Amino acid sequence: MPNLKAMKAKEKLVFSIIVLVLVLAPLFLTDFRVNLLGKFIAYAILAMGLDLIWGFTGILSLGHGVFFGLGAYSMAMYLKLEAAHGRLPDFMSWSGLEALPWFWKPFTNSAFALLMAILVPTVLAFFVGFLTFKNRIRGVYFSILSQALSIIFVVLFVGQQAYTGGTNGLTNYKTILGFSLSNSSTKLTLYYISIGLLILTYALCNFLVKRRIGRILVAIRDGENRVRFSGYNPTTYKIFVYCLSAALAGLAGAIYVPQVGIISPAEMGIVPSIEMIIWVAIGGRGTLIGAVIGAIFVNGLKSGISESFPDVWSYFIGFTFIVVVLFMPNGVVGLVKKIVGNLVSRRLKSLS
Amino acid sequence: MDSILQNLTVSFDGFKAVNNVNTGIKQGEIRFFIGPNGAGKTTLLDAICGRVKPQSGQVVFSGNVDVTKYSEHEIVNLGIGRKFQVPSVFTNMTVYENMELAVVKDRSIFSAMFHKLKKEQVERIEDILVTIGLYEKRFNTPLALSHGEKQWLEIGMLLAQEPKLMLLDEPVAGMGRSETDKTGELLTKIAQNCTIIVVEHDMEFVRDYASKVTVLHEGAILDEGSVYDVQNNQKVIDVYLGRSGEADA
Repeated sequence: MPNLKAMKAKEKLVFSIIVLVLVLAPLFLTDFRVNLLGKFIAYAILAMGLDLIWGFTGILSLGHGVFFGLGAYSMAMYLKLEAAHGRLPDFMSWSGLEALPWFWKPFTNSAFALLMAILVPTVLAFFVGFLTFKNRIRGVYFSILSQALSIIFVVLFVGQQAYTGGTNGLTNYKTILGFSLSNSSTKLTLYYISIGLLILTYALCNFLVKRRIGRILVAIRDGENRVRFSGYNPTTYKIFVYCLSAALAGLAGAIYVPQVGIISPAEMGIVPSIEMIIWVAIGGRGTLIGAVIGAIFVNGLKSGISESFPDVWSYFIGFTFIVVVLFMPNGVVGLVKKIVGNLVSRRLKSLS
Repeated sequence: MDSILQNLTVSFDGFKAVNNVNTGIKQGEIRFFIGPNGAGKTTLLDAICGRVKPQSGQVVFSGNVDVTKYSEHEIVNLGIGRKFQVPSVFTNMTVYENMELAVVKDRSIFSAMFHKLKKEQVERIEDILVTIGLYEKRFNTPLALSHGEKQWLEIGMLLAQEPKLMLLDEPVAGMGRSETDKTGELLTKIAQNCTIIVVEHDMEFVRDYASKVTVLHEGAILDEGSVYDVQNNQKVIDVYLGRSGEADA
């Protein structure tokens, strides 16, 4: 017990160090790099939500790209409308639309767009979760279903070009709340907002994990039947955690878009969805800090490697994933814990 | 407060695993269900706790509640606890935390987020841990427990739920004699506040602790009565006890 507490305290310390590094990063890095970091922070927020559902509750969702995408599109619709200055957004006129579709109209309001960025993924997760978990669809069957969800949405968004921008997605934003997006002070503000949201997300997830609900989620992962026969309804808990992780993915999408400047169906497909799983696996599932480290570390490597050797990345990430699955079941964080644990016990032995 | 099984039939694709079973279990009784493999003992427990839905019949509990209409977790909340044959406790948390999950009465998400355990719940956990002999090991994970201790922990978790009826599937399988006796004494103690149904093969255990025994054969009741009566029933000896009886002799 005290050991576990010490572990949690160390986790918090590591998180604080990461945050500190992120806060100080703009002093040392170019605007371009800081912008990249901002994108990774958005990914880290998503990864924590994914870790809650996969690492803690044991439900492997291979369709989180959809929730991320829906959040991103909600925000992008607002940015697109602000860039259009009351006229029809460019891609709509190219596709032959005469007037703004009804569901686009409320997105002129930034608060509404932000709300939708979180609400739409949550509601979708609720329906999907309700139908699957209620019918006790589990394990690999749920994973396949979640992947199908991803395909459905990509096809839908590509097909409805007039409303979604099709394959190209939504891009060419100009301002956010009137501030120019190309301005470096706007960029920096967005970056620090991302860090703030990262901290809030970590605090929220940490709260849940520490409370009894966290242990119930782990119990569902390890023995759903026993949970059920302890009088809990696992369905409710699963739907809850699915909705929460979808909401966090939506939030991540919403802060991704203004910093990256584009969202397209490619970001919500199966490949990015699986990449998200890989971040958590490499970082270390079942620990929040693992998800954060995984998302930032893997994406840092990705941009580093693909800048110098564009073709190598896919092979590299595939290989890394295999190595992690085979030799580091608890990811980087698990490996570090093991090494530290071994060192401590060796030290204790040499002392005695 | 008796529990009554009325015309209970469970069928799997036409095969009647439990066939028209009628019996009443008195409050505070330790009722044993025995019978050869495939007699439908475990299926009977499954039907009572909601794991399988019976094709026909009722399980009447607490006077007038037909539990077959409810889902598993609702049945638990009505006061029926179930222990499975293989010990299933949560290995990624401590013994104490295992008990904590079981003792909570408000099992909503909100409560799981914001409510701490009440003082009497903490005391209850500690009492039970002393009863099942795991108080000293409360901060260990169940990985460090022996097979017998895991079974006791699971029984302890059931106790923490404060059930009125407890269903135990082969609780002493794989236990040594002294562990078996300890389990028997534990059951006797529990039966002061709770009715217990046990499925068991260990005849010595049945002899020592049963209030009443029901013998199942091919899904139907073959005989019911005291251990002595059942043991001297020729039909029971033929289909079930004959083999183990010879081994005993």
